[in-house]
Amino acid sequence: MIRVVLPYHLRNLAQVGKEIRLQVDGQVTQRSVLDALELAYPMLRGTIRDHTTRERRPLLRFFACKEDLSHEPPDSPLPAAVASGAEPFLIIGAIAGG
Amino acid sequence: MSGVRVLVGTAKGAFVLTSDGKRTKWEIGGPHFGGLEIYHLKGSPVEPDRIYASQATDWFGQVMHRSDDGGKTWETVGNEFKYDGETGTHQWYDGTPHPWEFKRVWHLEPSLTDPDTVLAGVEDAAMFRTSDGGKTWQELPGLRGHATGSKWAPGAGGLCVHTILMDQSKPGRMYIAISSAGAFRTDDGGESWRPINRGLKSEYIPDPEAEVGHCVHRIAMHPSRPEVLFMQKHWDVMRSNDAGESWQEISGNLPSDFGFVIDVHAHEPETTYVIPIKSDSQHFPPEGKLRVYRSRTGGNEWEALSKGLPQRDCYVNVLRDAMSIDRLDPCGVYFGTTGGQVYASANAGDSWEPIVRDLPRVMSVEVQTLP
Repeated sequence: MIRVVLPYHLRNLAQVGKEIRLQVDGQVTQRSVLDALELAYPMLRGTIRDHTTRERRPLLRFFACKEDLSHEPPDSPLPAAVASGAEPFLIIGAIAGG
Repeated sequence: MSGVRVLVGTAKGAFVLTSDGKRTKWEIGGPHFGGLEIYHLKGSPVEPDRIYASQATDWFGQVMHRSDDGGKTWETVGNEFKYDGETGTHQWYDGTPHPWEFKRVWHLEPSLTDPDTVLAGVEDAAMFRTSDGGKTWQELPGLRGHATGSKWAPGAGGLCVHTILMDQSKPGRMYIAISSAGAFRTDDGGESWRPINRGLKSEYIPDPEAEVGHCVHRIAMHPSRPEVLFMQKHWDVMRSNDAGESWQEISGNLPSDFGFVIDVHAHEPETTYVIPIKSDSQHFPPEGKLRVYRSRTGGNEWEALSKGLPQRDCYVNVLRDAMSIDRLDPCGVYFGTTGGQVYASANAGDSWEPIVRDLPRVMSVEVQTLP
């Protein structure tokens, strides 16, 4: 199972806890994880990736294994520790305030 | 006894304010969607417990919500707003062509007859409609595809459809306004549109009397007399007696004819309300005094309504969707400020009291008159 950590507002929108677990078939990539996430929680469609372009929203980042994977190609394999479930795939909202 | 429900959209969530018909004691519900920008909420006229809400943030984009119990609980509905066909371009701030890009829903206008049908005015300027209670949204492409569309340019707030008025006596007729393209009318349910800006003069565009390019901030009408329109433009308060075919200025003795909101009394079609703002460079009330101005003569002659409103050191703004009027008698008038106050008058504006003082920046106010 793939572990995914959502930011606060998306947890509320999906009505889930901080971390959720997803079954991802085939290669574990950003795209396959997000496809599985949106399939399980359709209310998240359009909130992480743009509906039309499927690109990551600019103020969200993807972290895993202490690395920023936001600019990795969406079909690149995620780290083995994410694929095995040892480490979570983190979806992070950019920090902003004043 | 009848009552009212005031739906308040703020920069950090939605609030539902309720009272009985006396409108003296209020219950404050919320925040709903705490921490998130709620552009607009509006209830169905035929099923008042059905309320739609537009949430839009830079982080998570557009999210739409629906309540079937008067705003107590909410469910997420469809948020895909896809332009129909070729998107084309409008004019960017620097004059270059810029592709249409959906950004957010500014205004929701539920159908007068069907609770599952809602119109949405969006940025970049276009109209969408749902007929299934918000599950799916389809563009009415005639507006964005108008021959002048490539000339439309955004105002400082974006290129947005922010006003939608439906003529209940002519089912196919609607009026909309776009900042900063101007006002448009359809007579065929949104298939085709034409600009209705004759008589508007805007010194901030190269041709002050151009067919399009005017920064219309808000249009209002009384449902019993839908051919008479009142407009708060960027500068100038205007009136049309012929369904927008022509406009005349009615700013009269206002201390400033800049402002955002405009609305019409529930039972007196000639009685109109505005809130003058000092200028487009200083978005706060003249002299630091928050005053609603009322005309009982359809414009030109305005009286200041200040009883209960701050008359010194007040530097808030009132945004275009942040005034609303109930249907009780005497009618109640409501508005919200960028300082987080929501003011109510239970006597058609003669005196005011704050319902709540310390909300986040108020983006929109809509009142529902409940049986």
